Amino acid sequence: MIEFYLNDQPIRSTEPPASALLDFVRYHEHLKGTKIGCREGDCGACTVLVGELAPDGQTMNYQSMTSCLTPLGNAHGKHVVTVEGINAAAGQLTPVQQAIVDEGGSQCGFCTVGFVMSLTGHSLSEKPATEKNTIAAIDGNICRCTGYKSLERAAATLTAQLASRPTQNAVAWLSEQQFVPAYFQTMPARLAALRTAVAEEAAAATAHSNGTPAATVSPNGHTQSQNGHDSSAANPFAHPLLGGGTDLLVQRLEELREQPVRLVFDQSGRRGIRQTAAGRVVLGAATTASHLLESELMRGLIPQLPQYLKLVSSTPIRNMGTVAGNFINGSPIGDLTIMFLALGASITLASPAGTARELALPDLYLGYKKLAKTPEEQVTEISFPTPLSGDFFHFEKVSKRTHLDIASVNSAAWLRVENGLIAAARISAGGVGPVPLYLARTSQFLVGRELTADTVSAANAVMQEEISPISDVRGTADYKRLLLRQLLWAHFLQFAPALAVDELI
Amino acid sequence: MNHLDPNRHVRGESQYLDDVPVQQGTLYAAVFESPLAHGVLKSLDISAARAAPGVTHILTATDIPGINQIGGIVPDEPLLAEGHVHFRGQPVALVLARTEHQAHAALKLITAEIAPLPIITDPRVAAAQGELIVPPRTFKIGDSAATWAACAHVFEGVAESGGQEHLYIETQGAYAFPTEMGGVRIISSTQGPTAVQRHTAHVLGLGMHQVEVDVTRLGGGFGGKEDQATPWGALAALGAFITKKPVKLVLDRMADMRMTGKRHPYSSDFKIGLDADLKIVAYEVTFFQNAGAAADLSPAVMERTLFHATNSYFVPNVTATAYSCRTNLPPNTAFRGFGGPQGMFVIESAIAKAAEELGVPASEIQRKNLLREGDLFSYRQQAEMCHAEQAWDTAARQYNLAGLQAEVEQFNEQHKLVKKGFSVMPICFGISFTKTPMNQARALVHIYSDGSVGVSTGAVEMGQGVNTKIAHVAARTLGISVNRVKVESTNTTRVANTSPSAASATADLNGKATEMACAALRERLLQHACLEYTLNYEGLEIHDEQVLAAGVSADTDWEKLVSSAFWKRVALTENAHYATPDLHFDASTNTGHPFAYHVYGTAFTTVTVDCLRGTYTVDALRIAHDFGQSFNEVIDRGQIEGGAVQGIGWMTMEEIAYNDEGRLLSNSLNSYKIPDIYAAPAVLDVHFLDTPGHPKAILRSKAVGEPPLMYGIGTYFALRDAVRAFQGHTALPFSAPMTPEKVLVSLYPEFVAANSDQQKAAVTAST
Repeated sequence: MIEFYLNDQPIRSTEPPASALLDFVRYHEHLKGTKIGCREGDCGACTVLVGELAPDGQTMNYQSMTSCLTPLGNAHGKHVVTVEGINAAAGQLTPVQQAIVDEGGSQCGFCTVGFVMSLTGHSLSEKPATEKNTIAAIDGNICRCTGYKSLERAAATLTAQLASRPTQNAVAWLSEQQFVPAYFQTMPARLAALRTAVAEEAAAATAHSNGTPAATVSPNGHTQSQNGHDSSAANPFAHPLLGGGTDLLVQRLEELREQPVRLVFDQSGRRGIRQTAAGRVVLGAATTASHLLESELMRGLIPQLPQYLKLVSSTPIRNMGTVAGNFINGSPIGDLTIMFLALGASITLASPAGTARELALPDLYLGYKKLAKTPEEQVTEISFPTPLSGDFFHFEKVSKRTHLDIASVNSAAWLRVENGLIAAARISAGGVGPVPLYLARTSQFLVGRELTADTVSAANAVMQEEISPISDVRGTADYKRLLLRQLLWAHFLQFAPALAVDELI
Repeated sequence: MNHLDPNRHVRGESQYLDDVPVQQGTLYAAVFESPLAHGVLKSLDISAARAAPGVTHILTATDIPGINQIGGIVPDEPLLAEGHVHFRGQPVALVLARTEHQAHAALKLITAEIAPLPIITDPRVAAAQGELIVPPRTFKIGDSAATWAACAHVFEGVAESGGQEHLYIETQGAYAFPTEMGGVRIISSTQGPTAVQRHTAHVLGLGMHQVEVDVTRLGGGFGGKEDQATPWGALAALGAFITKKPVKLVLDRMADMRMTGKRHPYSSDFKIGLDADLKIVAYEVTFFQNAGAAADLSPAVMERTLFHATNSYFVPNVTATAYSCRTNLPPNTAFRGFGGPQGMFVIESAIAKAAEELGVPASEIQRKNLLREGDLFSYRQQAEMCHAEQAWDTAARQYNLAGLQAEVEQFNEQHKLVKKGFSVMPICFGISFTKTPMNQARALVHIYSDGSVGVSTGAVEMGQGVNTKIAHVAARTLGISVNRVKVESTNTTRVANTSPSAASATADLNGKATEMACAALRERLLQHACLEYTLNYEGLEIHDEQVLAAGVSADTDWEKLVSSAFWKRVALTENAHYATPDLHFDASTNTGHPFAYHVYGTAFTTVTVDCLRGTYTVDALRIAHDFGQSFNEVIDRGQIEGGAVQGIGWMTMEEIAYNDEGRLLSNSLNSYKIPDIYAAPAVLDVHFLDTPGHPKAILRSKAVGEPPLMYGIGTYFALRDAVRAFQGHTALPFSAPMTPEKVLVSLYPEFVAANSDQQKAAVTAST
């Protein structure tokens, strides 16, 4: 049973947990304001808000998500909000809606609700109400009538209105200003009650179980074995793992809907970013790109991280996609994978028997979408050595469209320079081989050399031998080779702005 | 009230096709497509699919009761493939099942045996093999061949522009219901309800009166639903007609991208001759249009390319020839601009080539050759009320042209790895369907006895705001509040024989018909008021819902007037027909007066190229546009901004890729990118030119749909300018879109050359 709130209504559903929240909203609940545009998270027409009870148990954290890629099971224990859930009575418009109407930001109207939801989510978030942040909230929404300038003007109006939003009790203020209906204020209590009820049910179920593993309860009252199917099936560990859904629901929705899955998005212990005494940074496997972006620890270690992550998909997808999911998807151009390869990451793989092993991230990739793990094994943690304060880290990505696009080529570089010599280096590159590449030879080549244009040129020669790009829709092989050379230069120009540009180019 | 559409849009209450409540017993349709781009369809095995759960019917060409033909201009397109398949994605069979999942699951169980035939994807190859959709056309004025020798400068070249996916966010679809009279009622997401009706009637062997098509609104069209909504309407109707059950057919995104045509890619040869004063003396151009596997609208698109081959310039000697080439791709179709942008891209390339070779700014050549009052287009229509120079000069003053150019130059002197580029893009676009008979429209206006008003026309609302404009025309003409006016759905039983909502002409044509109907009603009501209230007809008017006699309130208002007229048995319904006057065009000589008027404008584009990575931003697009007398600046500005950004997309990131087998590679939103909010220029200024408008434009407010798309062409030339600032001697073909790949490769031409040499060497060594 999947239990959650949809707008102000409690939902108990036995629909498959891997089915799309979008279909549930539109075709089960007949809430037609949420539109279908692409079913791959690339247009934002289906954007909804998903709120979860904050750890304090008193407030809610709302995030925008594309409902086409949200597994229904991931709604468990949460508050899902569609446009019907924010509409005011009697045809009144919320300030978000009014701003869009006033500025002519809705032409054909098909994408409009997605923009309304993203901007409403922004109003509910704790992010400072700057114009930049308001625009960033709609970075996952595509408008083909291209009413972007009107939407920008609407966003500016909104930013001004949100300037007076208090930091305390924002929901009460938002409700007073009619951004959201009054029932939003009751949601923390309702979700807390739901969490208790679910935990009690789970406890009762465990008491009656005959030897199946005890269900663990997530921060959102989400039981691990909770998937709407018979959890006492022969081998639940053979069931596919489903994280944020951002890759699997694009690729395998039909197939996954027909079978039990293991939901890991809300598993306890799979979130959180911490630093260990042993000098490593450890991330729970269900850490999302947004968690990285918001982590003060990560931003402290990699100050440029927000700029890098802005190049990774879009706000709703970053709210959903997990770091481990990016690794396991095995795409040769996974942005997060490329970053973590250069950070020197390892993963911890847990088996059903309870054993765990550690694997260096580069060793995970055996060939195109071929991984050095069994289907039963699950990533539980990701870790990497804490960069030192003088270390360089840099990420580069070029795609046809700068934002919300898949890289033609991406690359990350980590460098430690001591006494003018490169003491250690890790260079990674995506889109230039069958797997996300850790460029071991190029990295090794750099060690012990001076940070000069000659070194970079020579490293490029090594790198060109180490890669094997193919021509595809993201570019010709020649282009990818050229582009990676340029990105290598870009890394080094970042590290050492004094490098003689003329010698390189 | 339809003019309140945005209020419903933001609340998610506007109903689109997929939002129509589903009737019980509805069957869901899915289309089995040809897996090959060309071949003989030898057999189709549907047995496994027929036995699949939930599947009730599988329909093929043999199940069509009428004529298996939906070609609009040329009858060369079967609804379901018969004998041959001509493109990948061509509909072959229709699966009907109880659920959408079951219908789609059954598709995988169908196998087609197809004997492959050679596949052509390149229009020049098609032309060489005589694979033409229609005979070539030539527009000619003067004698270009005779002038080359006298020209001071002659330049030749090749220009190529790519296709463009419409990517309306609402995919194609239709929902059909059997009617008790043995016909069908179709809710269709179409720009051309009459086309759906006509073709469905043919396919089902029915009279057109047996087919009703209703359209509330579209979630985007941009030309993609002008002709290409028809197959899905006709297929759903075929299912409903045969099964006697409602049938719903909605394409998923990837099916939509695979199966439907796009903007036509063109490959063109140009030759331009200038005198010593940089006046264009002669222009010759040959267009090879990639039409795809069937005519669709290609001949008309090709014709408009010829109409706009000289853009906003006067050229005394023009020879423009166009070939519509049959290839094994989905039939390409209308897309905002309708061939005009493809024609303009070539002459702008020719001018850029001349400017680059001569070492003068392109803007110098452009400005010198702008159209002036009375100049002849190649099709012999005169430029009347011509604002080409006014648009340019106003933009130059408004935005400081010289200053912008100097800024770019200065920036480039100071920066090595980042370069700016600049271009000017004047436009001139003809308004009217170039097929003269299509320039007609009807409006049916009811005044209800309570004073509320219902207006039906042939216009389809797809975000361009036409319903709002029509409501305003009605309200203004009747002298009442717009809140009394409802614009109805577009329905073939209320307004028949309509032209599609296309050619930027929808508001003009349907607005004029509405104005006529409302004027007739107003006249009738005022006549009634004369009698009823013994008033003098002279000087009688309705203003702000009040009846005024010579400016003095006549002690009655709109509601009372309507009510009393009803009780005196005055007809409160009017049907008007508007046909644009004075249009004619002779397609045998390619001369005449095809356009009601032209729209002018000028855009300045500034871009910045990151010369390390090959990426770029469009910094500013500054436009001076000829709106005439705009009566809804919010809508009109939205059309200009939106059209321009769509044009920028076409010129930059939107790259359609097919492989040699005719398989679409850019087949989803993750591999085909359209502008997002960050891709829109940071500065997008629109200056409303002070022009009188044109009497043939509705309320003198000129058509705004298509013209702004062509401002986007300036982006290509600005990017080219920036690339040349970094790498002056690069071999830079005229080839759009200017993707980051093309930019980078042009910035570092020696890399690819060396790499290719190495590869050749490696191949030689291994053999």
